[in-house]
Amino acid sequence: MARPSPAAVKTERLLNLVIALLYTRQPMSKSRIRTAVPQYAASSDEAFDRMFERDKDELRELGIPLRTEVIDPLFTDETGYRIDRREYALPEISFEPDELAVIGVASRAWSQASLAGPAAQALRKLEASGLTRDTRSVAGVEPLLHTREPAFDAVRDAVLSRREVTFSYRRGAAGETTERHLQPWALTSWHGRWYLTGHDLDRDAPRVFRLDRMEGPVRATGRPGTYDVPAEHDPRAMITTATGEDGDTSARVALRTGTGHQLRRRGTLLEERGPNGWDVIELRVGSLWPLIEEIAGHGPDAIALAPADLVSGVRRALESVLAAHGGKVR
Amino acid sequence: MAAQETATERLSRLLTMVPWLMNRQGVDIAEAARELGVTQDQIVEDLQLLFVCGTPGHYPDDLIEASWEGGVVHVGNADEIARPLRLGRDEALALIVALRALAATPGIAAQDAIERALAKLEEAAGAEGRAAAQVSVSLEVGETEQQRLEQIREALAGPRRIHIRHYNPTRDETTERDVDPMRVVSLEGRWYLEGWCHRARDVRMFRLDRIEELEVLEQDGTPPSGVSPRATGTSAFRASPGDVLVELELAPSAAWIAENFPMESVARRDDGSLRVSLLAADPAWVRRLVWRLGGQATVVSPAELAAETRDGAAQALQSYRVH
Repeated sequence: MARPSPAAVKTERLLNLVIALLYTRQPMSKSRIRTAVPQYAASSDEAFDRMFERDKDELRELGIPLRTEVIDPLFTDETGYRIDRREYALPEISFEPDELAVIGVASRAWSQASLAGPAAQALRKLEASGLTRDTRSVAGVEPLLHTREPAFDAVRDAVLSRREVTFSYRRGAAGETTERHLQPWALTSWHGRWYLTGHDLDRDAPRVFRLDRMEGPVRATGRPGTYDVPAEHDPRAMITTATGEDGDTSARVALRTGTGHQLRRRGTLLEERGPNGWDVIELRVGSLWPLIEEIAGHGPDAIALAPADLVSGVRRALESVLAAHGGKVR
Repeated sequence: MAAQETATERLSRLLTMVPWLMNRQGVDIAEAARELGVTQDQIVEDLQLLFVCGTPGHYPDDLIEASWEGGVVHVGNADEIARPLRLGRDEALALIVALRALAATPGIAAQDAIERALAKLEEAAGAEGRAAAQVSVSLEVGETEQQRLEQIREALAGPRRIHIRHYNPTRDETTERDVDPMRVVSLEGRWYLEGWCHRARDVRMFRLDRIEELEVLEQDGTPPSGVSPRATGTSAFRASPGDVLVELELAPSAAWIAENFPMESVARRDDGSLRVSLLAADPAWVRRLVWRLGGQATVVSPAELAAETRDGAAQALQSYRVH
């Protein structure tokens, strides 16, 4: 057999360490661990110390509950190490075949996203007992979640560990970027987009941020768990208000027949096939800015009717497009 | 995968693989590789590593037994790691968030199984699962979509062919098609039917909210053999041979575009502006993006697309003089 690679030697060492610490009933002293794991026995005192400290940290990072305990309080205060089997192991839960099937769907939902690895690993753990899935009831239904935004992983970590973050944020599709400081509360996907809600430390108020408008790295600046998420926090309500849905302002848009499905879904149809075959939709919005972009994005298929600020905003956007492409603005 | 896997990642994988194999003694190595998401060579390498590890002492009786003779896998003498490690934070998060999203989505069958699975999972995950409350996904389903979802599930169970009337906004036309359904997929907040379209004689995706009418037919709806759903990349508009190469000029304030869509090339200037190129399956999508950006982005090529973008904006502005 070929000589194992350094990475393989390390995996062997870590596996032997895990097995030894699960095997022992009494906490094992460092010196006993050194003799119990062959890859440690061969190294110098100093190298062993360094290696063991790092290995301990890495096992804990994997979620292995490695305990430090006093070996025998009657004699010495020397500490030792062990892994409690009950703490280590996944609780014995038996899943029905149809339950495993829906868990399978949930796991595959992340197959194109940054949580693909953990999602697949979790499914294998739950299926370890040898049960099979009965996929008949959910056959053919596949939600696919995406985490295309580069900020996703950093934001998720910050939300889960409740750590303050700093990031630069662009306001609007064509807006300026500013540096923002936030206590993250929740990470929510809405209409296929990820949003971060939290307490904005600069504005001293709750705010919503789109992950695809965060630029560059999201840096965790605070220590974990230093603030609480308000119990009444409702991210979805905050997002719909901030994205201009369910607000106080009434806006009217004319849409060409068969276009603007998103807008139609959120609004009320006032007039069907009005002048020149256009449908008129009324929407309640909190802020006009997102609606201006949305209507401009429909080009000749949507016309802003009211209020006046909406009309002028859309016209300005389209005039800029026309000018940028060498057209004449009349 | 093996090339980038770190020592701890491999350890984590092995700790999941051992209980999986111990409960499936004599499993075919090809099946194990497929289910565990690795190559057969990797399984053999893993088994070779396992059988030199074991409990303190490391006498032959202390070591893990692992064999793959005749292409069937056996693993034994590994009591300490016979149970999988409990779910880690991200593992619990991924499953719980997706299950909650499914539970809140009407039109998907198996609501009862979803609720039961979720309850057991939350209990198993303990503290790691509680953090998942801060992350949520909403799989929007409108009334029409819900109705379509239920009809398509009925057709899939048959399997039966369906007849649809579908509106295509890019071409601004409504077509009637017979489709053998393969699956319904939710992508970026929208639901699609994927199936074998008899009119196009190819696999096609149809947005559920654009299916104006749907009828489940009496005919058998099994898609032709050898036809499978397309791999879904990061977007429904993924690159394929018919795609158009589009060049855009982006102002510094629109530079984020380059980070949010797959780009073929990106050239950055000192003033922060960009010249990028991307492959677009649907030029209509590029037009909409450029209109939305209100002058922060300009189509450089193809010339027809630049002209369409300009004319579309001019036509839209014309409407304001009529109304």
